[in-house]
Amino acid sequence: MPFFAPGDDPGASFLELLRRTGSEPFAGLAQVPAAEGGFGSLEGSHATTVLAVRSSDGVVVAGDRRATSGNLISHRDMRKVFPADSYSAVAIAGAAGPAVQMVRLFQLQLEYYEKIEGKPLSLEGKANQLAEMLRAHLPQAMRGLPVVPIFAGFDPADGRGRLFQYDVTGGRYEEQDYATAGSGSLHAGTVLKLGFRDDLSEPEALTLSVQALWHAADEDSATGGPDPVRGIYPVLAAIGSEGFRQLSDAESGAVFADLQAELSGGGSGGAARADSAGGDLSSAGGSRSEVSP
Amino acid sequence: MSMPGMYVSPEQLMQDRADYARKGIARGRSLVTLEYGSGIALVAENASATLRKVSEIYDRIAFGGVGRYIEFDQLRIAGVRHAELKGYQYSRSDVEARSLANQYAQMLGQFFTHELKPLEVEIVVVEVGIGEEANQLYRIQYDGTVMDEEAYCCIGGDADAVRERVAEGYDPELDADAAIRLARAALAGPEREIAAPDLEVALLESNLEDATHRRRCFRRLEDDEVAAALGDDDSDQEDS
Repeated sequence: MPFFAPGDDPGASFLELLRRTGSEPFAGLAQVPAAEGGFGSLEGSHATTVLAVRSSDGVVVAGDRRATSGNLISHRDMRKVFPADSYSAVAIAGAAGPAVQMVRLFQLQLEYYEKIEGKPLSLEGKANQLAEMLRAHLPQAMRGLPVVPIFAGFDPADGRGRLFQYDVTGGRYEEQDYATAGSGSLHAGTVLKLGFRDDLSEPEALTLSVQALWHAADEDSATGGPDPVRGIYPVLAAIGSEGFRQLSDAESGAVFADLQAELSGGGSGGAARADSAGGDLSSAGGSRSEVSP
Repeated sequence: MSMPGMYVSPEQLMQDRADYARKGIARGRSLVTLEYGSGIALVAENASATLRKVSEIYDRIAFGGVGRYIEFDQLRIAGVRHAELKGYQYSRSDVEARSLANQYAQMLGQFFTHELKPLEVEIVVVEVGIGEEANQLYRIQYDGTVMDEEAYCCIGGDADAVRERVAEGYDPELDADAAIRLARAALAGPEREIAAPDLEVALLESNLEDATHRRRCFRRLEDDEVAAALGDDDSDQEDS
């Protein structure tokens, strides 16, 4: 049982406790030699498009389910959106192994802090903790295993949703409206940019997120689209004053079905584009994001 | 530790240490832990709203301490660390109260025999069973003695009298509110009343509907929830 002398106590940091008890959380990979050619040549699993959108009720976080190794699909049902605690979520892009490990450490750290200190960290404090983990991970990122998370949550102190974007060096940037990360982030970001309004309700934000993921999957081979054959849909989570709630596959599927029905019903005469669900998404309703020739 | 020119027999030394620890523990208020229909209630008499006697250790494990606050709080933190490290290295389901209780016993035993003074604390470690699993209640004394208790367990200066009062009213089918009422009556005794704000109450429940609490079974009750459980809402005890 770990017991420390006063003045020598690792406090409320779980990472520090791990280091002090002899299991450096990030050490295993620090010894890995740099891969020749860097990032692109590594055959590890790479997670892809994740995003967060602020709504009037809080914040919505979404991510596709595909992981790739080179040009192979290594997982069809990978989860990239996780509850960080009951009022926040973390979504990951980058090298899957270290990213999932970082999420686990992050979840443990938040709960550990809460138990040791008797109250949870502030949302800002949680965002900073994640930045610190990214800084600790930088040597591995430089060796071709980057992790790029998004952190979003409901801030009870502010009564609103807040979201944070990061870079591999641990840079932390608070975004006001939306954030994206991963290989399909450019396309997803464009859809969000065009569709965002300040007064999006939670269902509207969910629909917009689904739309953005669909477009990202359409343009980026490393991002997975909806898979109705297997019943695999992007992970959608909503965080409001009631806390974190992940939608079930059925609910996520329903958001897709609604979008599909709405778009194919109200087609605007543009070229019909069939997605893997056989739907028509040529017009994106109030947030038209593609101009068909 | 040796004093030149003085001989103290080991029996006397241990006796003195035990008396010292017991005196320290007897100065504080007691704590009752009891199983009820769907979980375990931990109820302590505690006038402070921030210096807690009852805390969460892990998903299904809670901790209660009486005696010197700083000493049992150190034990609480060590317990959280032990549990979190074990859960991180193995799996969350490998963390259990029995092993934690043994660790505490070792630590208290070590303090009792090897340190300048023993810890003036008495603690409980409880784990709520999921489904058909039985609950576990361990009581650990200042010298490292572990006792595996059933149904209820009392620690603190007045523990024996409190235990008798719990035994009189105990029924394993009690609901949470009735368990809290019984605990309050047992802690107070026939001569006085304890107001809701002076009670610290937490429940370990394995069947909560709330998804975020399904894993973490520990729930601390706020003052108004305690008052509601006691049926104190419109009584004059609130005014005291």
